[in-house]
Amino acid sequence: MRNFPIPEDELMTSGHLACQGCGATQAMRFALKALGKQTVIVMPACCWSVIDGPFPHSAVQVPVFHTAFETAASCAAGVKAGLDMRGDHETAVLAWAGDGGTFDIGFQALSGAAERNDDIIFACYDNEAYMNTGVQRSSATPFGAWTTTTPHPHTKSHPKKSMFEILAAHRIPYLATASVAYPNDLVDKFRRARGIRGMKFIHIIAPCPAGWKSAPEKTVELARLAVQSRLFPLVEVWQGKYYLVKKDLPYKPVTDYLSQQGRFAALSEADIGRIQADIEERWEELLRKEQLGGPVPGNA
Amino acid sequence: MQKVLEGNHAISWGAKASDVKVIAAYPITPQTQIVELLSEMCTSGELDAKFIKVESEHSAMAAVIGSAAAGVRSFTATSSHGLLLMHEMLHWAVGARLPIVLANVNRAVGPPWNIWTDQNDSLSQRDTGLLQIYCESNQEVFDTTLQAFKVAETVSLPAMLVLDAFFLSHTSEIVDVFGAETGKKYLPPFKPVDFLDPDNPKAFGNLTGPDYYYELRHKIHKDHLRAIDVARRADAEFGKIFGRSYGLVEEYRTEGAETILVTSGTITSTARVVIDERRERGEKLGLLKIRLFRPFPLEDVRRVLTRARKVLVIDRNIGFSIGGIFAQEIRSALWNTRVHVPLFSFIAGIGGRDVTPGVLNEILDIASAVEYPEQETYWIGVKDEELSYTGR
Repeated sequence: MRNFPIPEDELMTSGHLACQGCGATQAMRFALKALGKQTVIVMPACCWSVIDGPFPHSAVQVPVFHTAFETAASCAAGVKAGLDMRGDHETAVLAWAGDGGTFDIGFQALSGAAERNDDIIFACYDNEAYMNTGVQRSSATPFGAWTTTTPHPHTKSHPKKSMFEILAAHRIPYLATASVAYPNDLVDKFRRARGIRGMKFIHIIAPCPAGWKSAPEKTVELARLAVQSRLFPLVEVWQGKYYLVKKDLPYKPVTDYLSQQGRFAALSEADIGRIQADIEERWEELLRKEQLGGPVPGNA
Repeated sequence: MQKVLEGNHAISWGAKASDVKVIAAYPITPQTQIVELLSEMCTSGELDAKFIKVESEHSAMAAVIGSAAAGVRSFTATSSHGLLLMHEMLHWAVGARLPIVLANVNRAVGPPWNIWTDQNDSLSQRDTGLLQIYCESNQEVFDTTLQAFKVAETVSLPAMLVLDAFFLSHTSEIVDVFGAETGKKYLPPFKPVDFLDPDNPKAFGNLTGPDYYYELRHKIHKDHLRAIDVARRADAEFGKIFGRSYGLVEEYRTEGAETILVTSGTITSTARVVIDERRERGEKLGLLKIRLFRPFPLEDVRRVLTRARKVLVIDRNIGFSIGGIFAQEIRSALWNTRVHVPLFSFIAGIGGRDVTPGVLNEILDIASAVEYPEQETYWIGVKDEELSYTGR
């Protein structure tokens, strides 16, 4: 056995229906490696509703329950309650939603489950727009991005909603960000989430070549640049208070990230300046929160 | 064990006797007492169930869909706008073939806000595929909770039991109840056909094209039809064990009846009294109570109503422009028969307006005065609208 931190077992199969270079497939592959066979997936409407394959096929080797768009969290809470009443306390329940099913239409149910501290893992693979329906803006779409509903020259005029801060404000036991460019880190975080009782939220940046107008072979690089530019820092938060920010990564200017995506083609110098300033402000804020919370308690 | 229970608490007792394992619900008047009592039962441990206190009815239905998919008996209750908010998930529960039981307290839909009874909330869910059973008394409410699970689990479809706001939900009656141990004699533990099992992983509800979807909907249609006899047997079996049964429809004094009044819910009880009184005066009147609305007991309705010379349907609901919804159903049920029976459609009691013996007598008087209806739909007791709007 090689000393390899990522399990070799594949619970996601070939033959799925994702586009070339889809970040969401990488996210699922590594999440399932971390969680293992004893997992049930609750899947609202999202790209993965299609990626998983049509009846009678499925591209994952764990049970999947497809549910309506806005119900990932509430349906997952029900599945968990049902498993508990069957006496199965081992199986992890994974709500697996896109950014629409998390930030927008699924937000109420997610907030409800977070407030109740339901014992589920809610993972959002964030490709920053309604990609399954053909690239319409969501509240996860960043400032300045082109989508079919924010066409040139009226690209998105408002910044991305900060789901991370909103979930932190719910003081759930564990939340984390992850990137498909850092699989070891992603696997670690899903493993950690599996071992914690109560609500867990993992926010994964998952590039979408079709919607970002980027080259399929650039998916991992973009997912890495999102982190290294500090646009999407890798963070863990326990109980909404104790922050751990990954700081030992090389820093890259955000232009490296933006310039490789057609959706940002029309950004002006001023727009880029605004994005850069926003990144710096948020990064400082994050470090302040980390300092304020102090060391992560051993029992967290 | 006899208890004095309001209709809402009769449902809570019914859920307890059904040994439900997961409950998810959101408060709404006039349903709230159902979930209050269930909360107490879960807290005290007399009911071994998880109660998920969700943040909306949409989430309530989504949560019980999840728990039923995990393979346990699941229950929820709501009313009016709550039911309407669930609408999408009612379709989902049907398509996913999950035998959830939902209690709906019939309440009018806003605007304007109105918390009193009418049937437009439940009847607007007609084509979701939920089974629908309308109750007349609190005893029937309790008994029907168990029967609903029995039928739902036999045909793998969700069921809604329906009771009138306030006339049942908040009115106390003597109800003979029992606990889960006795309930098991009738309703054994739920054995799901399929469930979310990591040892036997399957995907449920994934993308299905025209090649399969059509047959899946045909199967639901066939199981709806099958549910008619399943419900008949479930009711008879309940009667054998507990001495109470209700039928899918109930005939009351229809022997030799030339005019048959068709009712549902609590209007039925008032109608029984009026029928008795007018029978004494020699009128050939009878009553047909519709208890099972979905699946629609077509043959039962035909058998009774084709014997009549006039059929009078009272609807506490309205399909705007076309008339009462029960009337539409019955009219269509009578179409492919060789008998032509004039059908009088009456609207009464919408928004909780009282349907008194006087209202029923007015209805019977209208129909007895003519051979054939002079209006497609009669609205009974409509005030002078100009006066009522200006409050003068």
